[in-house]
Amino acid sequence: MPSTADIQAGLAEILEEVAGVAPADATPEKSFTDDLDVDSLSMVEIATAVEDKFGVAIPDDELANIKTVGDAISFIEKNQG
Amino acid sequence: MTTPTADVVVTGLGATTPLGGDVASTWDALLAGRSGVSRITDDWAKDFPAQLVARLTTEPAEVLDRVRIRRLDRSQQVAVIAAEEAWRDAGGADSGVDPLRVAVVFGTGIGGAVTLLDQDDILEAKGPKRVSPFTIPMLMPNGPAAAVGLAVGARAGVHAPVSACASGAEAIRWGLDLLRLDRADMVVVGGTEACVHPLPMAGFSAMRAMSTRNDEPHRASRPFDKGRDGFVLGEGAAALVLERADAAKARGAKIHARLAGAGGTADGYDLVAPHPEGEGAGRAITAAIRDAGLTAADIGHVNAHATSTPIGDTAEASAIRDAIGDHPLVTATKSQTGHLLGAAGALESVFTILALREQLVPATANLDDPDDDAAVQALDIVRRDARKATFSAALNDSFGFGGHNMALVFTTA
Repeated sequence: MPSTADIQAGLAEILEEVAGVAPADATPEKSFTDDLDVDSLSMVEIATAVEDKFGVAIPDDELANIKTVGDAISFIEKNQG
Repeated sequence: MTTPTADVVVTGLGATTPLGGDVASTWDALLAGRSGVSRITDDWAKDFPAQLVARLTTEPAEVLDRVRIRRLDRSQQVAVIAAEEAWRDAGGADSGVDPLRVAVVFGTGIGGAVTLLDQDDILEAKGPKRVSPFTIPMLMPNGPAAAVGLAVGARAGVHAPVSACASGAEAIRWGLDLLRLDRADMVVVGGTEACVHPLPMAGFSAMRAMSTRNDEPHRASRPFDKGRDGFVLGEGAAALVLERADAAKARGAKIHARLAGAGGTADGYDLVAPHPEGEGAGRAITAAIRDAGLTAADIGHVNAHATSTPIGDTAEASAIRDAIGDHPLVTATKSQTGHLLGAAGALESVFTILALREQLVPATANLDDPDDDAAVQALDIVRRDARKATFSAALNDSFGFGGHNMALVFTTA
């Protein structure tokens, strides 16, 4: 099972690919919308990429609660098989 | 006080085309007689009757950042590249113009067809949850105009005329109207197309509209020539920045030309076939000349729509001869660029403006043996070498499936 650091690094890769976020900026306290300028359609793409990378599906109602990079890391950690 | 006859000028030009990644390289390649046409080498094209395309020289991914490439359909990517060049050329960012007074009018013929088809493949293979959330903004026909609007920060309005191969010219006409009606102070206008994909190719082929001269790509697009057998699909975009002359002069902007007048009509004849004598086309030309406050005798140069189809070129030749006469120097630049559909009118307006500015009419390539048609024979079509001439007014016309006819008149600044 990947460590928290692995998940953060994997998420940073996704953010760079989908939304052009510099990997160094993808830190747990950052808000997707306020700090990283990730819009709602990009969040949908990120959710798909997370499922591919970590095997964790994020239902739409859960996606709405994921505000920060840290929220996403926790969700992935909690739901990993 | 702005009046309905306010002088409108062109202060910015931009393009990315099968001849070059910007206006300067495109114009140089045009004058050098280079062809943008090549044969498709992909497997899918092997059994296609028409296998020729005019692709971009510069891939959008070399110009735009990865996120924009990912979120924009190719037709939107090239629209943004052309518009940003035009906006830089006009000094738009430093002009002090209020974004609330900047508008965009950007047309496309086909729009995001490639996105639609690619996402349909994903839908079939992987199911609805794998379809990109950007599918709709990438395929909607107003998508290029909206993407350009965001790129230049336009907030007075963003409009997207759709009239097949007249879309680019129609966008320019709308831009002129917006400025005359004082609905904006600067307008970015243009057209875009990027639909090189098996389905559009098969569709145009089924209409018998495309050249099948597959073994001679550079010689396939041959407007007005006896041996012409259809158009060659091209991709790219072109953009112009328009503003009122008084404002442009007040801010010390470089003025490429005046957009003196525009005319538009509908054939009311057939869904796709042009009127054989170019009746509606002729009326559009006459309307544009009158709108410019000129007479037919003033028009020294015509950049013809001339797509290299058997019926279209002779109909247009009749329209030009009947509405203007046999005196203007005519050229058909699609002989080198291919047919950029919704971008054609914008790109050819850029060429018309550069011809005016440099007093130099580019040659029509591949016109070895002009059609026997009386109107074609009557016209003075420039061929072999570009021709120097003295003229103060030039006309660009564009026609689209659906019977759309557009004409634009430019005069020296």
